[in-house]
Amino acid sequence: MTTAVRNQELSMSAALNRALADALEADERVLVFGEDVGPLGGVFRVTDGLTARFGEHRVFDTPLAESGIVGTAIGMAMNGMRPVVEMQFDAFAYPAFEQITSHLAKIHNRTRGRVELPVVIRVPYGGGIGGVEHHCDSSEAYYTHTPGLRVVTPGTLGDAYQLLRDAIDSPDPVIFLEPKRRYWSKGPVALDRSGPAMDRALVRRPGKDVTLIAYGPMVATALETAAAAAEEGWDVEVVDLRSLSPFDDETVTESVRRTGRAVVVHEAAGFSGYGAEVVARVTERCFHHLHAPILRVTGFDIPYPPPKLEEHHLPGVDRILDAIARLQWDDEVVGFGG
Amino acid sequence: MSVTDLSARERSLLPTELPLALLDKNGIPVDDPALEMPADDVLLELHRRIVIGRRFDTQATALTRQGRLAVYPSSRGQEACEVGSVLALREQDWLFPTYRDSVALVTRGVDPVQTLTLLQGSWHLGYDPYAHKVGPQCTPLATNTLHAVGLAHAARLKGEDTVALVLLGDGATSEGDTHEALNFAAVWKAPVVFLVQNNGYAISVPMSKQSAAPSLAHKGVGYGVPSCLIDGNDPAAVYATVREAITAAAAGGGPALIEARTYRIEAHTNADDAGRYRDSDEVAAWLDRDPLDRIERYLTGRGLLDDARRAEIQAEAEDFAASVRDGMNAEPELDPADLFAHVYAQPTKALRDQAALLAEELSS
Repeated sequence: MTTAVRNQELSMSAALNRALADALEADERVLVFGEDVGPLGGVFRVTDGLTARFGEHRVFDTPLAESGIVGTAIGMAMNGMRPVVEMQFDAFAYPAFEQITSHLAKIHNRTRGRVELPVVIRVPYGGGIGGVEHHCDSSEAYYTHTPGLRVVTPGTLGDAYQLLRDAIDSPDPVIFLEPKRRYWSKGPVALDRSGPAMDRALVRRPGKDVTLIAYGPMVATALETAAAAAEEGWDVEVVDLRSLSPFDDETVTESVRRTGRAVVVHEAAGFSGYGAEVVARVTERCFHHLHAPILRVTGFDIPYPPPKLEEHHLPGVDRILDAIARLQWDDEVVGFGG
Repeated sequence: MSVTDLSARERSLLPTELPLALLDKNGIPVDDPALEMPADDVLLELHRRIVIGRRFDTQATALTRQGRLAVYPSSRGQEACEVGSVLALREQDWLFPTYRDSVALVTRGVDPVQTLTLLQGSWHLGYDPYAHKVGPQCTPLATNTLHAVGLAHAARLKGEDTVALVLLGDGATSEGDTHEALNFAAVWKAPVVFLVQNNGYAISVPMSKQSAAPSLAHKGVGYGVPSCLIDGNDPAAVYATVREAITAAAAGGGPALIEARTYRIEAHTNADDAGRYRDSDEVAAWLDRDPLDRIERYLTGRGLLDDARRAEIQAEAEDFAASVRDGMNAEPELDPADLFAHVYAQPTKALRDQAALLAEELSS
């Protein structure tokens, strides 16, 4: 049984686990390895039961060395495998940075396309779990700034399954960012691949007044904000980017041209952050349709705070509502003032 | 503690105190060697390929002076390692070279113009890695060690009889990736041979500032990797040691680390001034240990090589150098559209737009 198990009640961790299991089942070249991914099943249980089911030659623990994990994954991919490796936490992936940026991202280009590296690097990222330092970074911009990498992040249970399956099937290397604060959120999930392609964004909630652009852990926060905004009279559209690189200009541009206002939301620090790229691209394409500058609601420009202070740092419903209120509603008649 | 206090397992991993050799610097076989002398036809081929490799190296240096190459890191003086290790490979084995190993590449059969594409600056890599089973020539240090381990481990998972030989230098043994690679290879029993060409300098930094270990071969021991120290200017010893390590790895014995003591006769590259960090007496002493002289004297003394055959090989080397000159003097075909073609398997919309922008600029 590999696909089309519909509408089970699962957590995001379990949906990711099903995606890995189905990929291992579908293609014997798929290997899963990293730190503690074997008998323990990973610290977030995403690889639970996979070693028992598929054997130690396909799902295995490695020595504790992230550059080693990514570097050997590159060699394995050169030899026809499709490695899916786990970095245990966002900030623990940094020792692998050279292998990711200088080799994984570039070898296809360096070899004029003769070598493909279908490697997926799963990275649990972001905060909101009460984690101590180095366990809560939002490291997406490091990867999106590197040509040759695809960077995707699921914001919903269904995408956790589908995007991971798509990432594993991709001929390009994919950084797969898992919003760790959503690992245990549960709901009915269709384990199928009927959604749009991996590089397309999705309108999660249609609206007329303003577009909230979000991804990963902030998709749920944006939807919550939209519900709260409705009570205050704003009809908010929520776009879930899904793919951070490449960027789906078409879907986002279409939405912002329609609403004329936009707010970009992410957990990472704002300065030189991913949101700056989004604002620039959307402004370049939608300038004459905008009624207000596009605003960003992001983490502060600080190292990730200790757990007892993280609530002040993370974008929440109120802060996003405040940003919506500042979108120069008073300058023209739109029906509702902020 | 003396060596006899160590367990058999510990002893089996340790290198010898003095480098293993088969031929001394004058080409005289050493007494009671610990290695097996290669067959005569292998020794003759080692000699022939060293002559050709050295001629290639001097040609590449000359092309750099003429501005045909952006830069060239010479391996003159290291030909015993460059040629000896590659000839020890079987057809199904893989080679993971560094930027200093162009002679190893042409010995493996890679087209010389494709070998020099990186240094010419017309693309990052000129050859198809799968054509001769040669990994991308690597300018960051030690990163290729992990690629070798991954490729070899995958081969083992697939049931293929493939060994990966990875070349690295003395400086690269200080990089973290070398240590991660030795550890991964040992834990996985991956069929990988690590050949450290210790040429005395990491650009300008001498061994005394690079490592306090008794030898670089000792670095394998802590990871459980059997390690040996050899005379890296002895082509017979390099061939025999690498061959033995490949045979053991192919039989499931796991990885090996070989430190080959050699010397970089030329500066780091044409852009370097070696006079700032080493004196000419030191270079002269190493010229006296030349790998080509050594094997030539041995073969001549055995009556296996005469002046006529030497002249034939020299002529062959000159022809090869001429083909390199011709190839490098031809203007490379550059297509700016290639910049966008291989970033992803299929160019993204953004890259297609940027390619169109550049094409428009070029046509106006």
